[in-house]
Amino acid sequence: MNKRLPFGLAMVLLFIPCLLLGAFTHYPAFRALQNSFWNNSSSRRPSKFVGVENYQTLLQDDRLAQIMLNSTLYALGTIPLAIGLAIGMALLVNARLPGTSLMRLSFFMPTMLPMIAVANIWLFFYAPGIGLASQILGVFGLPPINFLGSTETSLISMMFVAVWKEAGLFMIFYLAALQAVPENLKDAARLEGASATRIFFNIVLPLLRPTTIFVAVNALINAFRLVDHVIVMTRGGPNNSSALLLYYIYEVTFSQRDFAYGATLTVLMVCLLGVLAAVQYWVLNRKAHYQ
Amino acid sequence: MSAPGISLEVRGLRKSWGPINVLKGVDFDIHAGGFLTLLGPSGCGKSTALKLISGLESVTAGQILLNGQDVTSKAASDRNIGMVFQNYALFPHMSVAENITYGLKVRKVAKSTQQASLKRVAELMALSPLLDRKPAQLSGGQQQRVALARVLVSERPIVLMDEPLSNLDAKLRVEIRSEIRALNKQLGITVLYVTHDQSEALSMSDTVVLMNKGQVAQIGAPKDLYDRPANTFAASFIGTPPMNLLAAKDVVLPDWVASRVTGEQADLLIGVRPEKMHILGDNDDFSATCTIASVEYEGSVFLVHLRTHSGAAFILAHHGPDAPIPGDEIVVGWKNEEAHLFSSGTGLRISSNSK
Ligand SMILES: Nc1ncnc2c1ncn2[C@@H]1O[C@H](COP(=O)(O)OP(=O)(O)OP(=O)(O)O)[C@@H](O)[C@H]1O
Ligand SMILES: [Mg+2]
Repeated sequence: MNKRLPFGLAMVLLFIPCLLLGAFTHYPAFRALQNSFWNNSSSRRPSKFVGVENYQTLLQDDRLAQIMLNSTLYALGTIPLAIGLAIGMALLVNARLPGTSLMRLSFFMPTMLPMIAVANIWLFFYAPGIGLASQILGVFGLPPINFLGSTETSLISMMFVAVWKEAGLFMIFYLAALQAVPENLKDAARLEGASATRIFFNIVLPLLRPTTIFVAVNALINAFRLVDHVIVMTRGGPNNSSALLLYYIYEVTFSQRDFAYGATLTVLMVCLLGVLAAVQYWVLNRKAHYQ
Repeated sequence: MSAPGISLEVRGLRKSWGPINVLKGVDFDIHAGGFLTLLGPSGCGKSTALKLISGLESVTAGQILLNGQDVTSKAASDRNIGMVFQNYALFPHMSVAENITYGLKVRKVAKSTQQASLKRVAELMALSPLLDRKPAQLSGGQQQRVALARVLVSERPIVLMDEPLSNLDAKLRVEIRSEIRALNKQLGITVLYVTHDQSEALSMSDTVVLMNKGQVAQIGAPKDLYDRPANTFAASFIGTPPMNLLAAKDVVLPDWVASRVTGEQADLLIGVRPEKMHILGDNDDFSATCTIASVEYEGSVFLVHLRTHSGAAFILAHHGPDAPIPGDEIVVGWKNEEAHLFSSGTGLRISSNSK
């Protein structure tokens, strides 16, 4: 590989991605940071530098407090559930029972659908009275629940949608990892008298840890990144009970057109994600085994 | 810690995966404390045999008896068999100590007993300074010793080993070979060993089971296999280089053989080991005229590649001080007691020779 590109061409090829990255990632990020220290401009009043005023507003925002609580519950609920379900499905598919390819396809299907479509399917599912969920409750003689319309159930309903959509993708990662676990390690444990459950927890699960780190970080990011279903199904309601941070940013910025406060919230979210990912990586990585 | 070994008997062992018959009826037995090796080319079913005996795979037909008791339908964990896997199968996320004591932990052996056994085995295998390392931080030889330690600590009366030395360099291989042999002798553990390396098999075992395509080609002491190969497969597998097999028409035969083959000459192969023949002396019984195709220098011997007039190739191990010269025509000869006769049709040894 001693062939070298002509210097000019190399520069052009370097410049194009740098330009795209700069224009669509770094510049907006920088502007968001900058905007968060200025107040919102309007036709009557030009924007001016306000220091940390926006951040003071943020600390006193009661709605934000509620939304942060929602987001925390949402992440804590969806991430372990999606991971657990993904491992379970991967084990099932990996067991080489008859009908596995059909099973694999059906587990993976939700992942291939766009979130908007998923949200629409689940709207039907949750529809009070006529939806499948209510009908199932009816079979057990329970009264129908207005899943999306009551403050107690709306967030949990959103969580189920997210888990349903995400677990299939995570399953694929776990399936690949499971197939890479050497058979003779399991054989060795079996000869030592370990039960199947024991082999799973002592041998297989530790070897899946790198996959779990990867999946957990992705699940965390998705927990903050995916809000399409909230927009389609509840618009954060009722009474903010299903609003998530990104949905709030969307609302503040594009409905209320408060760009300054929107930028401040964005800075908050980016910092939060960075810290969470670092902590998560550190915690899981301490015990991970890569060789 | 000596766990006196127990005997193993394998009767009519068969294994098929769908239409593929991997083992086609294998029989052998090891006495308590014995060292038996399954030897054979790659794919002949050696690992499959171990898997059946250990219970990791179910048999298609046949019986496995441990200490006289039929264990064919018992679960792997109930057979009390230890196994050293090809590539060791060490748990990569556990330390050396955890690897060694894993089985004891599973079987809920008391912590203090675990530590005592660990200490004893670690000393025996010279692993004491390495107990906190992960397998990835060990050399191949050290990993091998951990695998042995893991089997020893569980004090099984019988241990199966699947090509345990295949990943080691030549020097280490010889070292660990004698370690394994010593363990067998000192502790009295019965060992069933698998290898495709004949020098390993011949040097370590009491008994060798030579396998070919899922069947037993020959069972015997190492010396039997070398001295009296039962068929052309055994003849051409054992020995480096293996035995030469020549058609009767390429060889000048002594009378006692010539009289036997008149009329059915095509059904005779003459076998002779390269190191047991020489450039013709006076009192040889067999001889063959041939040309020297090429010469390889091997340190202690010259391997002389020869070609008979009909074009058959064979090898002579020549110990002389001077190298034979390619292109020369020579006559090689050997004595009656070095000749092995085989039927070229069935490949079986013709037993009634003059030996
Ligand atoms: N699970 C399986 N399904 C189908 N065929 C198998 C299976 N396991 C092994 N075989 C076949 O059985 C034959 C014997 O395999 P085995 O692993 O016992 O060979 P081996 O003698 O141990 O060879 P090697 O020296 O290469 O390890 C091979 O042809 C292999 O392809
Ligand atoms: Mg094998």
